[in-house]
Amino acid sequence: MIPYVALSALLFVIGATTVLLRRNVIIVLLGIELMLNAANLAFVTFARLHGDVTGQVIAFFTMVVAAAEVVVGLAIVVAIFRSRRSVSVDGENAMRH
Amino acid sequence: MLSIPWLTLLIVWPCVAALSLWLIPALRHQGRQTAIAWSLVELVLAIGTTVAWCSDTGNVRLAFRADWIPQFGVSYAVGLTGTGLVMVLLSTVLVPIVLLAAWNEQKTPRRSTHYAALVLALEAFMVAVFCARDVFFFYVLFEAMLIPVYFLIGSFGGEGRKKAALKFLIYSLVGGLVMLAGVIGLWSQARVRASLFADSALVGLGSTRVFSLDWLTAGGVAVIPTMNPTPERLIFLSFFIAFAIKAPLFPLHTWLPDAAHAARPGTSVLLVGVLDKVGTFGMMALCLELFPGAARWAAPVIIPFAVVSVLWGGIMAIAEKDILRMIAYTSISHFGFIVLGIFAFTSTAHIGASFYMVNHGLSTGALFLAAGFLIQRRGTGEIDAMGPGLQRTVPVLAGTFLAVGLSAIALPGFSTFISEFNVIAGSFATRPWEAGIAALGVVLAALYILLAYQKIFTGPPREDLAGTRDLSGRERWVIGPLIAAMLALGFFPAPALNALRPDAVATVEHIQGPAGSWEGSGQ
Amino acid sequence: MGVTPESLMGLVIVLPLASAALLLLAGRAADRWGHLLGVFAPAASLLVALVGLVSVLGRDAADRVIDVHLFDWIDTGGFSLAAGLRVDPLSLSFVALVTFVGTLIHVYSVAYMAKDPDRRRFFAYLNLFVAAMLLLVLADSYLLLFVGWEGVGLASYLLIGFWNDRPDYALAAKKAFIANRIGDVGLILAMAFMLKQTGGLTFAEVLGKAPDLSESWALGIGLALLLAACGKSAQFPLQSWLGDAMAGPTPVSALIHAATMVTAGVYLIVRSGPLYAATEGARLAVAIVGAITLLFGAIVGSAKDDMKKVLAASTMSQIGYMMLAAGLGPIGAAFAILHLLTHGFFKAGLFLGAGSVMHAMNDGVNIRRMGGLAGVMKVTWATFMMGWLAILGIPPFAGFWSKDKIIETAFIGEGWQPWVLGTIALLGAGITAFYMSRLFFSVFHGKARWDADLHPHESSRLMTWPMAVLALGSVCLGWVLALVGFTTWLEPSIGHAEEAAPVLAAPIITAATLLLVVAGAAAAWRLFAVREVAVLPPAAGPVVRAVRADFHQDSVNDLVLVKPGQALATGVALTDTYAVDGAVRGVGWLTIGVGRVVRLAHNGNVRSYAAIMTVGVMVLVAIVFAGGL
Repeated sequence: MIPYVALSALLFVIGATTVLLRRNVIIVLLGIELMLNAANLAFVTFARLHGDVTGQVIAFFTMVVAAAEVVVGLAIVVAIFRSRRSVSVDGENAMRH
Repeated sequence: MLSIPWLTLLIVWPCVAALSLWLIPALRHQGRQTAIAWSLVELVLAIGTTVAWCSDTGNVRLAFRADWIPQFGVSYAVGLTGTGLVMVLLSTVLVPIVLLAAWNEQKTPRRSTHYAALVLALEAFMVAVFCARDVFFFYVLFEAMLIPVYFLIGSFGGEGRKKAALKFLIYSLVGGLVMLAGVIGLWSQARVRASLFADSALVGLGSTRVFSLDWLTAGGVAVIPTMNPTPERLIFLSFFIAFAIKAPLFPLHTWLPDAAHAARPGTSVLLVGVLDKVGTFGMMALCLELFPGAARWAAPVIIPFAVVSVLWGGIMAIAEKDILRMIAYTSISHFGFIVLGIFAFTSTAHIGASFYMVNHGLSTGALFLAAGFLIQRRGTGEIDAMGPGLQRTVPVLAGTFLAVGLSAIALPGFSTFISEFNVIAGSFATRPWEAGIAALGVVLAALYILLAYQKIFTGPPREDLAGTRDLSGRERWVIGPLIAAMLALGFFPAPALNALRPDAVATVEHIQGPAGSWEGSGQ
Repeated sequence: MGVTPESLMGLVIVLPLASAALLLLAGRAADRWGHLLGVFAPAASLLVALVGLVSVLGRDAADRVIDVHLFDWIDTGGFSLAAGLRVDPLSLSFVALVTFVGTLIHVYSVAYMAKDPDRRRFFAYLNLFVAAMLLLVLADSYLLLFVGWEGVGLASYLLIGFWNDRPDYALAAKKAFIANRIGDVGLILAMAFMLKQTGGLTFAEVLGKAPDLSESWALGIGLALLLAACGKSAQFPLQSWLGDAMAGPTPVSALIHAATMVTAGVYLIVRSGPLYAATEGARLAVAIVGAITLLFGAIVGSAKDDMKKVLAASTMSQIGYMMLAAGLGPIGAAFAILHLLTHGFFKAGLFLGAGSVMHAMNDGVNIRRMGGLAGVMKVTWATFMMGWLAILGIPPFAGFWSKDKIIETAFIGEGWQPWVLGTIALLGAGITAFYMSRLFFSVFHGKARWDADLHPHESSRLMTWPMAVLALGSVCLGWVLALVGFTTWLEPSIGHAEEAAPVLAAPIITAATLLLVVAGAAAAWRLFAVREVAVLPPAAGPVVRAVRADFHQDSVNDLVLVKPGQALATGVALTDTYAVDGAVRGVGWLTIGVGRVVRLAHNGNVRSYAAIMTVGVMVLVAIVFAGGL
């Protein structure tokens, strides 16, 4: 089981690093997806480990939520791109105003 | 007796009325008329309630209870004490008057409708709070009342309204939070108490009703007597501070002048006339009922604050240049009298204080309305800028202002006199020095009212004001009933006193008697 | 007990009250007939009062005190009180005075105020006053008395300020109300004392238990009542409002500020006789206040050039006599009430005469600009002379029968007290003779000093008739009342007093009084009738200047009350704004400051938020693990 957990951790770190270091919103979204899937992997692994399906069920939920999130997120990105001609997250202090 | 749930009707109807104004487009264009009609329906309901109340028996009448959040012992419990009944009547009488007074104040029908709907929403909360017999329910309503008032001040007021509304909100929220701590403390104490009765039938009752006032104060098994004094005192203080902010007591009063100055006079009528009374009502219904020992412990400290309020408010009213702020300060002085009466623990003082609450609502309400008429005509609230010599131009308004002002200074013949005298004379029995000093407020009162009257109405009439309109028929109908009510209650106060007396006598016995004393319980 | 004439006495109050309400509410519509209704109301009250008087006279002396229950008023659980009337010789004497003189003055006012556009309002206020005054004297409890007490104060305020378009008149009205209000605190406190000590507020309860009161409580109540009486009756040290109160129309001065309202303080003291019987100290205080005021008023009256202010000072001084007498116990009290009645007649007459003179002089009141009016105003002169002789106390005029008795009573007692009080009363009589003669001679005798374009004329019949009736009273009332045994008639109300001998023989006192009176009048004759009166007040030394300024009473009040009061108000206002509200705003600023600092972390950069979050999660996880291990 250790390799699965290690892979999950690795994927999560890659995703987190992507979110923290990249400026392009689309790449950031990809990073978030990566983290979600890392979590999924961990859920499935532990479900298997304990012989309990709850973890697998949660993984399905996460996938559904992730899909919805991507749809909404990309739509927002498109809207932002239309108004600002850029998809950089550092554009001024976006959260402040 | 359960055929008509009077109190629930009384609480629900104004909510429905307010929602109907917001939601039904057809009513929106005739918002003012509809609102007055709806508020008159509420008044009729209140009268029906009174009739039903009179034929019921006991201290808390027309009671009704249903579980709300049984896990926490919270229930929807309503019931009317005599004091509550009188306050409900005051609220339901003042609302149509305020709506009528605000007839032309807003520029568009949309805004008038919005204003009227907010007033009706406020009415629902006010009525409910006076009926509430569950501490948690009371607390929720106590906080909920802030919402309509915040908008009434913040979006309909005059100059500086945003700031004043915010100040009001912050003060009230701070009070509310302190009270919340008390509510939680009470809950934990009440749970302990309930578990002490594990072997009796009270468990089932106690676990689901720990917030019910009737359970908390039920004779013999009252929660507090066995309580350790320290938590009792802390909880008492948390409630008292919240109420002292609401009823403004020195030194927690500075929000009131700002709010009264910025709000529409009609809003101020409800704010000072009824809403602030929730503070003094809470002192009577919660502080004294639940924590008699702590109340006796705190009275020697509270009463000096009340006396300072009386004098401080009076002196500030004399020094004040704006008429609305002046009236607000007079109210602070009057609230000082009410608190003095509540914590003097004699039935005369107590009944004086509760009757004072009604009379102050009528008298200050009328004073705010008269000031509103003046400001409407003169375009300013500056006392020095409004006059002089208006008496020759608008004699009816001058006479009205004087009559209302004299009621505010408790001139005999007006009901305000009976309550003020009872407070002073009743407090004198237990606290002679404080009562004697508070009596000086009588002179201050004469000064502030007559000074304002002198500056505005006497003196040579000004040529440029010759065209000022006197009171219109509508305006006379707004203020006339208030004056008539004060005169009628001044000579025949018996109906009001009869409703208030059982509460006063019971409360004072509750506090003075050994049953309510934690020292006496041997704890 | 059925309907007896006494139980109808409530009507006496209700009639003028209803009339006042009607006149005020009807507004301009009532302008044409308002004064007629205004006159009718007190006249009707007078009739009812006479019926009551006759009925009470028909009873035995023992049951001449009748308490009439009207309705249950207040029940607090602590005490309960019914509104009721006490019909007895004392209240009936007052009711008769108020309704009789009141009716005459109403009639007079119809002509006096004929040219005033607000005559209806004037009558409404006068009616209100009559109703309140009657309530004051008929009430059977201190609390109901207080309703009337404040009611007359209100009416007085409204009437002093009737011409309030003049700022100084408005100020005078306010001053009167405030001074009264200070006294009212005394009455409120007295009632609080009574409630605590006797558990009730009716005369029957309080006065019945008065003998059981401890000395200190009786003293406290007595002094508190004295404070109230000082406010209402313009006694030292609350005397300063009365002079200014002359701003009101002259009929008002006659009715309220001479004949009736200002004597309410005397009524209060006399009514509370059993209370004062329990406390030597309070009685002495009453007598001393009376003595001080009677001298104060007399001296001030000697220096005033304003006709109405001389009369006001004289009123103050005469009420001082009554207070002095009231402080001497039951025997003095009877003479206080007797003097009150005679004074009510002759002082009202004098004021009405003054009003008539003012009409003639185009509202001028300066006696240095009058003189020689005896020739042009025969009726006014004659009636004024009756009043003048009465107040001087020349036998057989009314004042002699009452004032001489008071002076005599002042000499009764032991130790220093009779000598001091008696001498003051005696001296006061001499000074009274001087200033009243000065007034009389300056106005009616000597050379005419008025402006040539004035054409003085006698007033109309509506004005002269009431003056004539009052003059008749000034002549006859004294010996009539003495003849019918007025002091015996009062006994059911104020108790019986044993005769006591004064420290000097009565004839000596009477002779000394008359001697001083004649001397005073003669001095005035030389100075103001024989010698030319200067049109401008002559230069004078500091003493006379002080007297002309009422012993600087206003400056003293200013210094002791007004200035510190203003300073206090300013101080409180500053504290309220900067300390109390400042503390609140300080908390607000503190919050904002903390917010500013914390805000630095919120720079709006999305990635730094994410970084903080990540680090935060790592820290939390680390803590959980550390805790778990």
